[in-house]
Amino acid sequence: MIKQVENPVLEIHDLTVSYDKKPVLWDIDLSVPKGKVIGIIGPNGAGKSTLIKAIMGLIPISSGYIKLFDEKLDAVRDHISYVPQRESVDWDFPTSVREVVLMGRYGKLGLFRRPRKADIEVAMDSLRKVGMEAHAERQISQLSGGQQQRIFLARALAQQADLYLMDEPFAGVDAATEKAIIRLLREMAIQNKTVVAVHHDLQTASKYFDWIILLNLRLVASGPTEDVFTPDLLQETYGGKLTLLSEITTLMAKEQFPHREAK
Amino acid sequence: MELLLEFLSFSDPNIRFVVLGSVLLTASSAIVGCFTFLKKKALVGDAVAHSILPGVCLGFLLAGSKNPLYLIVGAFITGWLSLVIIDAIVAKSKIKEDTAIGLILSVFFGMGILLLTMIQHSGNAAQSGLDQFLFGKAAALVGQDLIVFSIVAVTLIFFVVLFFKEFTLISFDKDLAIALGFPVRRIELVLTTLTVLAVVIGIQAVGVVLMAAILITPAAAARFWTDRVKIMVILAALFGAFSGFAGAFISYAAPAMPTGPWIVVVISIIAFTSFFFAPKKGILYRTWNQRKIKRQMVEENILKTIYSLGAISKNYFQPKTEQEILAARNFETSQLHLGLNRLKNQGYLKRSGDQWVLSPEGRDKGQHVVKLHRLWEVYLTKYLRIAPDHVHEDAETIEHVITPELEAKLEKLLEYPKLDPHESEIPYK
Ligand SMILES: Nc1ncnc2c1ncn2[C@@H]1O[C@H](COP(=O)(O)OP(=O)(O)O)[C@@H](O)[C@H]1O
Ligand SMILES: [Mg+2]
Repeated sequence: MIKQVENPVLEIHDLTVSYDKKPVLWDIDLSVPKGKVIGIIGPNGAGKSTLIKAIMGLIPISSGYIKLFDEKLDAVRDHISYVPQRESVDWDFPTSVREVVLMGRYGKLGLFRRPRKADIEVAMDSLRKVGMEAHAERQISQLSGGQQQRIFLARALAQQADLYLMDEPFAGVDAATEKAIIRLLREMAIQNKTVVAVHHDLQTASKYFDWIILLNLRLVASGPTEDVFTPDLLQETYGGKLTLLSEITTLMAKEQFPHREAK
Repeated sequence: MELLLEFLSFSDPNIRFVVLGSVLLTASSAIVGCFTFLKKKALVGDAVAHSILPGVCLGFLLAGSKNPLYLIVGAFITGWLSLVIIDAIVAKSKIKEDTAIGLILSVFFGMGILLLTMIQHSGNAAQSGLDQFLFGKAAALVGQDLIVFSIVAVTLIFFVVLFFKEFTLISFDKDLAIALGFPVRRIELVLTTLTVLAVVIGIQAVGVVLMAAILITPAAAARFWTDRVKIMVILAALFGAFSGFAGAFISYAAPAMPTGPWIVVVISIIAFTSFFFAPKKGILYRTWNQRKIKRQMVEENILKTIYSLGAISKNYFQPKTEQEILAARNFETSQLHLGLNRLKNQGYLKRSGDQWVLSPEGRDKGQHVVKLHRLWEVYLTKYLRIAPDHVHEDAETIEHVITPELEAKLEKLLEYPKLDPHESEIPYK
């Protein structure tokens, strides 16, 4: 069940991604609609983070292409915001909450320019939206997991983008924060922004997302939640039918096969 | 003292060169080193320092003399090459970074030593003093060196200021920098180049072995005193400058001692001092804080015990002996004794003979601890579903930790329970 859409915000065509010649995403082909909250769902090691990183150009792709707003990434960076996994940074870094959120403005500032008053205002406003304005001057190591996630979210908001790609925004947050975040994401969708979030809790998935992408090394399904969130498709995503695929993958890594024959 | 004044008067131009040279060098390396430190690449300084030697020798062979320009350019090229190769190895193979650094460091240094030995045996008279690159020669700096040092120092500081935002960004979250469209590879190249430059210059003063210390130690020391990158960079520069100055002075006062090692000794002392005495992060503060918490726990436990003894007879102001208190709760006798006296001084207890009586404030405080203890037990059984016979131990510590805000939250959440899980009454005021 892979539903393609007209005028997609994000279009992925025949994408394959490998680490050291070991493919972790195979022939992904999907498109997603605008103004929705979209969940990427799949078991650990399914390649969810890899998919997001490939979209953001953080890792090279072996084949295929990705279009955002019908353009190449470089043409539309300003409209896209990436929220990495919380553990991807060192929270002992000597900086304050406010400075981290201000980093969301750096793309608009470009090289060498310092944040202006307007940027600081946007940053403070974003902090307010996630309920962290009281902590603006805190050292980031003093934050709880939920608070860290909130300031990552504030940093993304400060980018004022149209498409948000979030890696596990609910990981390690308390129930109250999770509620606050999902409310914020819904508000963003109402303003016609698109949110793509990696998630791995099946309990809440159908409640949170309008559209779901089921992933496990290959694309299992992509479509409106009610069509995709079925026992069969979930079984296909989480069930053990992929042993052959992973055997081949390991073999390819061992023999250092190129993914595509050279043309 | 006289010596210091004489030193400070800079009457001797040699002193001027040595002091200014050392200060410029240590301060500017410290500034660049901050980002090496923040990127957790402390070993990189070591790799560059060792990889410079073959470049120096090649520069000498090409020039046929110790022309500083040839030597510096040669040093710069091999130092820089070593970092590029390390990056390539890490990117293209499964070898981890520390292994790659060790590999490149020894290969380059080995080649350097080989070349140096060759040159030394070639009978070329101009070669004497080339081995200064191994051990440094800060005490022998001359005017010409100083000009080079100043230019490099100003260049380093200029670029760090210019790229401050970018360096901070890539040190904290490189993926974000890429996602935002920053030319991350080129920014890293600038940082690498600055690092190599700092090492090439610094090495002439302190030598290969001690160079990494000049680069990283000031940053590590500064990190103890602040939680902001900007202040950390300024502090590191000050620490570096001070060690350069002090190193120059010590070797002036005791001429047999070379400047370079003294610079490193001073910066190490600063680092150790920071490690022990810095507020919040220093060992001393943390030990002291732990002690404070321990004392507070003993005090609160004493008040709680006397209060609980009083609760049995409903007379909270009945005098108790130390034996009675010890019978109710196990304290270390010396701890109990000290705690009782502290509580007396704080006005929570009164002493009559060898007996102790709660003051009204002491009773309130004891009651409060009991209340927090029981509230927490209720919370654990109700919200975490822990069996009532397992909650007491937890509450023993938590009762000392709960802040007034948390207390208010707990009360509200639990809706002011009357009884704890063991059916004891929770005392509200
Ligand atoms: N940098 C890397 N180098 C090699 N393999 C990687 C790397 N990052 C991830 N992988 C592998 O790729 C697969 C997918 O990982 P990931 O995208 O992080 O999964 P998910 O986010 O769905 O848990 C996993 O098998 C993981 O081990
Ligand atoms: Mg992941």
